[in-house]
Amino acid sequence: MKYKQTYNDRFFQYTASILSVLLVSVICFTFEKYIGYRVVALLMLVVVYLLAIFFRIVPVLISAILCAAIWDFFFIPPLYTFYINDTEDVLMFMMFFVIASVNAVLTFKIRKTEKIARDREEKENSIRLYNTLLNSLSHELRTPIATIIAVTDTLKDNYDKLSEKNRNELLKEMEIASIRLNRQVGNLLNMSRLESGFLQLKKDWCDLNDLIFNVIEKAYGDNYPQTVIFDAEETLPLFKLDSGLIEQIIYNVLHNSLQYTPDDSVITLMAKCEQDNCVISIADNGKGFPEDELEHVFEKFYRLPHTKAGGTGLGLSIVKGFTEAHGGKVKLENISSGGARFTIIIPAETNYIKNLKNE
Amino acid sequence: MSKIEILIIDDEPAIRKLLEIALESNDYKVWKAATGREGETIAANHPPELIILDLGLPDINGQDLLLELRTWYHKSIIVLSVLNTEEDIVTALDNGATDYLTKPFRTAELMARVRSAIRRNQTKEKNSSVIICGNLQLDMVARSVKLNELLIKLTATEYNLLCLLARNEGKVLTHQYILKEIWGSNYQSETQYLRVYIAQLRKKIEDNPNKPQHILTESGVGYRFY
Repeated sequence: MKYKQTYNDRFFQYTASILSVLLVSVICFTFEKYIGYRVVALLMLVVVYLLAIFFRIVPVLISAILCAAIWDFFFIPPLYTFYINDTEDVLMFMMFFVIASVNAVLTFKIRKTEKIARDREEKENSIRLYNTLLNSLSHELRTPIATIIAVTDTLKDNYDKLSEKNRNELLKEMEIASIRLNRQVGNLLNMSRLESGFLQLKKDWCDLNDLIFNVIEKAYGDNYPQTVIFDAEETLPLFKLDSGLIEQIIYNVLHNSLQYTPDDSVITLMAKCEQDNCVISIADNGKGFPEDELEHVFEKFYRLPHTKAGGTGLGLSIVKGFTEAHGGKVKLENISSGGARFTIIIPAETNYIKNLKNE
Repeated sequence: MSKIEILIIDDEPAIRKLLEIALESNDYKVWKAATGREGETIAANHPPELIILDLGLPDINGQDLLLELRTWYHKSIIVLSVLNTEEDIVTALDNGATDYLTKPFRTAELMARVRSAIRRNQTKEKNSSVIICGNLQLDMVARSVKLNELLIKLTATEYNLLCLLARNEGKVLTHQYILKEIWGSNYQSETQYLRVYIAQLRKKIEDNPNKPQHILTESGVGYRFY
């Protein structure tokens, strides 16, 4: 595929060079009596110069040779021979050839240097991404581990000196840290499942209403201050989906909203069937996202600037990955009345046998 | 009254220690085994009321051990494993596990499962024709179901489904198992019927069908009745 593309590209460069030389020659030939044959040489130099900016060295050199030959044959008297009479014209011809070639070689060199610089920049970018990854990971994994070790030490060394209230608080911290650590490891495992490319969907009929109530129970279990609303649509058909992945998608979005919206926010979930698409939306009435961050939110390891600790920037990229594994897409938009809405749209087989005849 | 005996088969010393402390503080007597073979021997010499089994054992595949144990051991087995894919869980349940809990687990959750598994041994022995679960009462001789003392009307399939679930209180029944028992082995992949009947049944027996108390969904695996 890649080979074919370069081949096509190369073919295009040769044809374009030759055609542009021919086109300019025809134009010059038509207007030669107004401009004189020496100006023609300059015009042709311009063409070679322009080609050198965009194309590779070989087609440019070929067009330089072609220009020289055409100029010699059709423009330098005696016409229609390669013979050159005038010493001035011989010099012109040679200069023409040298300038065209030097031009081609110089542009080629500039482009080569540019490419090296670009490669270096790309490499630096990937090193930076890798460092972000390591920083984020070591921070997000080590923070809860630090808490667990510190609590263990404190309890072990000072058990009798601590008040019962303090002991309970320490244990609560340790519990939160362990749950967080477990979630981070889960995210990493899911990410590596996606990256490995071996993610296989296990699709089966899925009662989305039941699934969503289940996820809410699971995500909301830790007693968040926000309100979560899900108005189940009675007539929703069954969808053929990988229920495990769909659960993870909804869980991650909901967890994200619960983490970052203000305490008095209302998070509203909806599930609908629109034109054989399973559409799930999760909206909140919080502060929304900064407009210029909207498109970056699903990037791996991306975290909004100045957000509180506790995330790896993996949750939403897993949402995107699992949705795309279903051939679907995920949208994020700010709502005009405040807050943000995630919409997950997945094409899926549907089944409307909701109300079976009584045997 | 003598203490109820529980056997832990797990190669991880920390987990064995933790389970021992947690179970003993709940008044159970604990046997411990670090390998599959050791576990089998203890189980044969002192048949426990419940086995808690890890699948990643050094000497034998946990699923194979489960099958071997099931040739003669008929009381509850709870599988406690880090393996958390739906396939692993379904395989273990098909191989005869009463319940499945993935590591990391919450101790309170494990204790609830332990109690439910032990209760299950006892109801299985009694084999009574009337099952009472909270506000729900099933009379399998009269083929009647009462919710809050009031008779409710179920279709034949709904009734059969409810009986199957209620006879296996506390145990996860896989989708395939339920489909085979109720609709026959030709229907084992027709999960859409199951989804629909479970939804209908919940509407009739649950106070809030969206927050079911009796028929719980074990996602990707099956249903559990309480």
